[in-house]
Amino acid sequence: MTARIGVVTFPGTLDDRDTQRAVRVAGAEAVPLWHRDKDLKQVDAVVLPGGFSYGDYLRAGAISRFSPVMESVIAQAKDGMPVLGICNGFQVLTETHLLPGAMLRNESLHFVCREQKLRVENAATAWTTDYAAGQEISVPLKNIDGRYVADARTLDMLEAEGRVAFRYLAEGEAAEGYGNPNGSLRDIAGITNEAGNVVGLMPHPEHAVEPLIGTGRTDGLGFFTSILKKLVNA
Amino acid sequence: MARVVVDVMLKPEILDPQGQAVQRALPRLGFEGIADVRQGKRFELEVEGPADDAALARIREMAETFLANTVIEDFTVRVEAGS
Repeated sequence: MTARIGVVTFPGTLDDRDTQRAVRVAGAEAVPLWHRDKDLKQVDAVVLPGGFSYGDYLRAGAISRFSPVMESVIAQAKDGMPVLGICNGFQVLTETHLLPGAMLRNESLHFVCREQKLRVENAATAWTTDYAAGQEISVPLKNIDGRYVADARTLDMLEAEGRVAFRYLAEGEAAEGYGNPNGSLRDIAGITNEAGNVVGLMPHPEHAVEPLIGTGRTDGLGFFTSILKKLVNA
Repeated sequence: MARVVVDVMLKPEILDPQGQAVQRALPRLGFEGIADVRQGKRFELEVEGPADDAALARIREMAETFLANTVIEDFTVRVEAGS
């Protein structure tokens, strides 16, 4: 028996097929979920992939957040179902307030598309147990609304509770993937909720799971093997 | 029909690089003396009935839950004069 991992498609989602593939490469079953369908088809976990759902109208993620599928995702996430939001999916998760803070236009105002170095700060979430705390990984990043902001009190709380899950490696050459690409406060690339089942990040682990494509690194595969192990051992 | 206007602005402490880019472009275009620019959103709502207290309360609820993200934005609601 393997785990069933749902991948949501909103109108304007781009990375659903890559995400389904990453789920399969890790050895789990990928279950496509449609934004207008409340039925989660008894999946064990859900990934909200990247793209520009609803054209990013109003704010990135703001309209997707009220879609029928999200009603079910929000309810089940509160009951402990693992949820991973990548890029636009992270934006959706902040709009639902399952994760604190918000995403804004990059400080540079430019769309950034490059390889990005990150540090895994929390290797105890449902999606990160196959990494070591402090491990440095490199995965693609591509966004224009990637600047993570929250008030100082929220940022302090996230740091104190170990809920900054990933941080951009700020020191180094941009050409080699170092630096804070979007002006995110405290170099935050991704965070987790208190329970560790809901995780969101701007970079794209699903684009770094096979040696044949991209830079040849498979640093993103750990997200999908982590969740598979957790679900199969549950 | 009444028109209700909802203005949504980034909170003062949130960096607004789009407003900054506009501000930096102004002198080049010959518009001097503008010390700061902040960019926001304006929504014009045509209400089917009167813009009474009940209608405005619903619009405030709409702004709070949907039109604005109150983590980063403030909003104001007003009835447009003459409507």
